[in-house]
Amino acid sequence: MTNHQDRAPGMDVDLLQGSTSPWRGLLLAQESWVALSILVLGLIVSFIAPTFASAGNLLNVFQNACFIGIMALGMTPVIISGGIDISVGSILGMCAVTLGIVLNADMPLAVGIIATLAMGIACGVFNGAIISYLQLPPFIVTLATLSIGRSLALVLTNNEVFYEFGQATASIIALGGGYTFGFPNVVYALIIGVIILHILLTMTRWGRYLYAIGGNESAARLAGIPVDFIKISAYAFSGLMVAITAIFLVGWLGAVTNSIGTGYELQVIASTVIGGASLNGGFGSALGAAIGAILVEVIRNALLIAGVNPFWQGTFVGCFILAAVLLERIRSLRR
Amino acid sequence: MTVLARLEHIVKDFGAVRALDDVTLDINHGEVLGLMGDNGAGKSTLVKTIAGNFQPTSGSYSLDGQPVHFSGPAEARRHGIEVVYQDLAICDNLTAAANVFLGREMMKRVGPFKVLDHKGMNRRANEIFKELKSETRPAALVNRMSGGQRQAVAIARTRLSESKIVLMDEPTAAISVRQVAEVLALIRRMKDQGLSVILISHRMPDVFEVCDRVVVMRRGRKVADKPIAQSSPEEVTGLITGAIQSA
Ligand SMILES: Nc1ncnc2c1ncn2[C@@H]1O[C@H](COP(=O)(O)OP(=O)(O)O)[C@@H](O)[C@H]1O
Ligand SMILES: [Mg+2]
Repeated sequence: MTNHQDRAPGMDVDLLQGSTSPWRGLLLAQESWVALSILVLGLIVSFIAPTFASAGNLLNVFQNACFIGIMALGMTPVIISGGIDISVGSILGMCAVTLGIVLNADMPLAVGIIATLAMGIACGVFNGAIISYLQLPPFIVTLATLSIGRSLALVLTNNEVFYEFGQATASIIALGGGYTFGFPNVVYALIIGVIILHILLTMTRWGRYLYAIGGNESAARLAGIPVDFIKISAYAFSGLMVAITAIFLVGWLGAVTNSIGTGYELQVIASTVIGGASLNGGFGSALGAAIGAILVEVIRNALLIAGVNPFWQGTFVGCFILAAVLLERIRSLRR
Repeated sequence: MTVLARLEHIVKDFGAVRALDDVTLDINHGEVLGLMGDNGAGKSTLVKTIAGNFQPTSGSYSLDGQPVHFSGPAEARRHGIEVVYQDLAICDNLTAAANVFLGREMMKRVGPFKVLDHKGMNRRANEIFKELKSETRPAALVNRMSGGQRQAVAIARTRLSESKIVLMDEPTAAISVRQVAEVLALIRRMKDQGLSVILISHRMPDVFEVCDRVVVMRRGRKVADKPIAQSSPEEVTGLITGAIQSA
């Protein structure tokens, strides 16, 4: 879906290949196209509805995009390795409920955060272990987890809403809903996440092996790569990013309902794919996932502001997914 | 010529199927051995036994006079046995250099961290491609390469360590005529560097062009083993089909 033909992720560092200009790479990178779409879409909508471009609304768009964006960062290694995780919405529910229960019991925020992160990672390891060791299709396994996770969230909360966070009430709301240097805290989380994931994908063995597994799993095995371990770690990473999202989201909303995160998987996967990850595996980038999330949110917000019935949102997001996939097809044909 | 690897009375059963039936074979230093036979004759099984993918049901296997029992391909690789797989086992979405170093990446230190040494790997891969006289660019993606270049990438993998034997299972099966010539040139270059090569091929001209010796398998048995100069395509064809019992 990206730049497949002309620029491998993180491998455009070659000096021996001095002839290709960096502008060519930029022009072919899906991230550039998505960024351009965001600009064009933003301009058009500001003409139709000037409120779109107000500082308050833009900040709101950006903040919403961050929640999806952090989860999309988690989805990226999974998709690069040739898998898929459709359970992220339910894992978000499990993590939020965990945080709610722990804080509701008047525990310190640190304990709540650790418990939430542990829950996210545990859900990811559960997915990854079943996919790797039982050799079941990722779609089916995470579909089961989607169902189990949401059901457990209902069981654990007994349909109760948590909004009492004991001694941690002020701090969790400050963390998730607060601002630093004029931007919501979650924005920094996304930016740091993009940088860390970019480094992991382009500069470490872990990243290299994810691409290799997504490109040709049996070749990766023959090369002695610990394929199962890498796959499990990808799902665990996804779970971790979901947990981080849960912490910010709960702080921002100020409450935990057991339906929190329902349906998020579609937006998360859409963001990742629009940002250049290939559902066939082998391609994807950290920046792409984040920019994809912003585009998805801009579409949603633009439709809302333009007064379009929100029932249409899914149609528009779906069309953008199709467009992104078609773009990849066209590029690979031109090869 | 001195013996590098020796297989004696190797039998390999898959349930009721006897894929290798009492095969005895010497592989000499610096020779290119052509392995021919019909589909199902046991060529791949023989090569996989040498490479440690399969453990023989019975029989002995020694390298430089020392008996060996490989638990897997990784152990065989440590003994200098490298395989260029039939399906090439290459990741299309990675660069040539990334494929060459897959699983054996060069790392460099940045502060307390160890990160991939892209430049180092590109440089080393470029050297290997030059040695192989292949025009393969290390930083180019494999999915844009010709069959010959992909073959060079697969062969370059074997040049990272001190390999002694390179096993090639039908490297010329799915590539164009011009690329076949490239692969044959690569094989000659490996021989020049003192490597032993076992080439499985269905293409008679290839075998007669690069091999020093030809071994013919039929239904799990070795039915011929002779210097290429003392054989002919007609004889080998007869041996493969069974028209000639053995030679
Ligand atoms: N992993 C395996 N399991 C069961 N039977 C096998 C396996 N590999 C090969 N065989 C059988 O062994 C015989 C020899 O196969 P093979 O070595 O692949 O032949 P060739 O490479 O000469 O075409 C065939 O009958 C094949 O079906
Ligand atoms: Mg075969």
